[in-house]
Amino acid sequence: MSFDPSFVLAQLPDVLAAAGVTAAIWAAGAVLGVALGFAVAAARRFGPRPVGLLLRLCVELLRGSPFLVQLFLLYYGGPYLGLSLDPVPAGLLALSVYGAAYYSEIFRGGFAAVPPGHVEAAACLGFTRAQALFRVELPEMAVLVMPALVNMTILLLKETAVLSIITVPELTLAVSAIGSATYRFVEALFLLALLYWGLVEGCGALGRLAEARLSRYRAAAA
Amino acid sequence: MTPDILALLVEAAGVTAALGAVSIGAGLLLGFAVSAALLSRRRPLRGPARLFVSFFRGVPLLVQLLLIYNVLPAVGVVLPGIAAAALGLTLCTAAYQAENLRGGFLAVPPGLVEAAEVAGMSALQRFWRVRAPIAFKLTLPALVGEAIMVLKASSLVSVVGVVELTRTAQDIAASTYRPLPVYAAAGALYVAVDWTLAGAGAALERRLRWGAA
Repeated sequence: MSFDPSFVLAQLPDVLAAAGVTAAIWAAGAVLGVALGFAVAAARRFGPRPVGLLLRLCVELLRGSPFLVQLFLLYYGGPYLGLSLDPVPAGLLALSVYGAAYYSEIFRGGFAAVPPGHVEAAACLGFTRAQALFRVELPEMAVLVMPALVNMTILLLKETAVLSIITVPELTLAVSAIGSATYRFVEALFLLALLYWGLVEGCGALGRLAEARLSRYRAAAA
Repeated sequence: MTPDILALLVEAAGVTAALGAVSIGAGLLLGFAVSAALLSRRRPLRGPARLFVSFFRGVPLLVQLLLIYNVLPAVGVVLPGIAAAALGLTLCTAAYQAENLRGGFLAVPPGLVEAAEVAGMSALQRFWRVRAPIAFKLTLPALVGEAIMVLKASSLVSVVGVVELTRTAQDIAASTYRPLPVYAAAGALYVAVDWTLAGAGAALERRLRWGAA
């Protein structure tokens, strides 16, 4: 095994461009996933019971089956239902929906963990239901769910690698292609692993920063 | 969805379950060793253990599998696909299980360990009779969750040439041009195995629910 650093440097521009695609899909998938996940959690908490049960079933199915199978179902099965998507939109949609299932459970736990006494206290002080929601429940919940949100967002970053299987031109696909074209799998895959490792550890560090920033509300939420 | 296609899928689900069981079992053993190293007072043990956990939790499993499959032959180790798949899944899950077990060991009430010491138990007895069972019990829900993650993650091992549930579904979808029912059935099989596992885990948790801690 001969490790050639100059080979790695020569591939860097292509690899960084693909890393940009990964980052963009990850960011879009996480934002859409959090928004959809929050909507699902809110609908399950405040919506009518049949809707809640249906959403619960969807969440359980999405959490119980592998992301790859969901991706195949959408990408190869979608056209039979009239939903023909290119790899990138299909990947983004699958990633967002998959993430939303997990995010919704995190938010559900967050809603449940806010002490009811705090909401009652707000009501006694004359807060409207909306004020109690936006000024008491949601801020307290944000503190409680932040570690889990960061965790899930990191998991979502790693799931983007799976999108290479339906030929989304992201990091894993680009680096595998370089490996196949040059037969230098060892260098290419080590570079790939290092890039993901750096991204994940960097994201983790940012998450800890955000937690520290939010911790001034922790006393109230605990 | 003919019965023989369903039979093929169920058979392939057996491969997935076997691969999952081996990886979860081996990963748990390795995870115990790594968690012991993580909690060790000796820095030469702690450092590599932290690096191991950080790497295998920080790199996508797909990339780990590609690395194992492509790099090991370059250093003269040629593994059959199924062994490479089991190795990749084991290393990855060991990192997660080690962190869970570390939390479990830290959560064992020190008073119980002291009481065991006062009662005359040796260090080894304290570990196997007091600390390990309590840590295992405390970690059980997380371990069941991890086992389910491993089963789902095993869908990726077709990249190293293993024909398991997802790969079988792919082959059937390609030959019958009916991807929708085939992938839906494969997904349902994963859900069925996961729910069975979760149910078994919950039953075990109820059985293990004893007194304090």
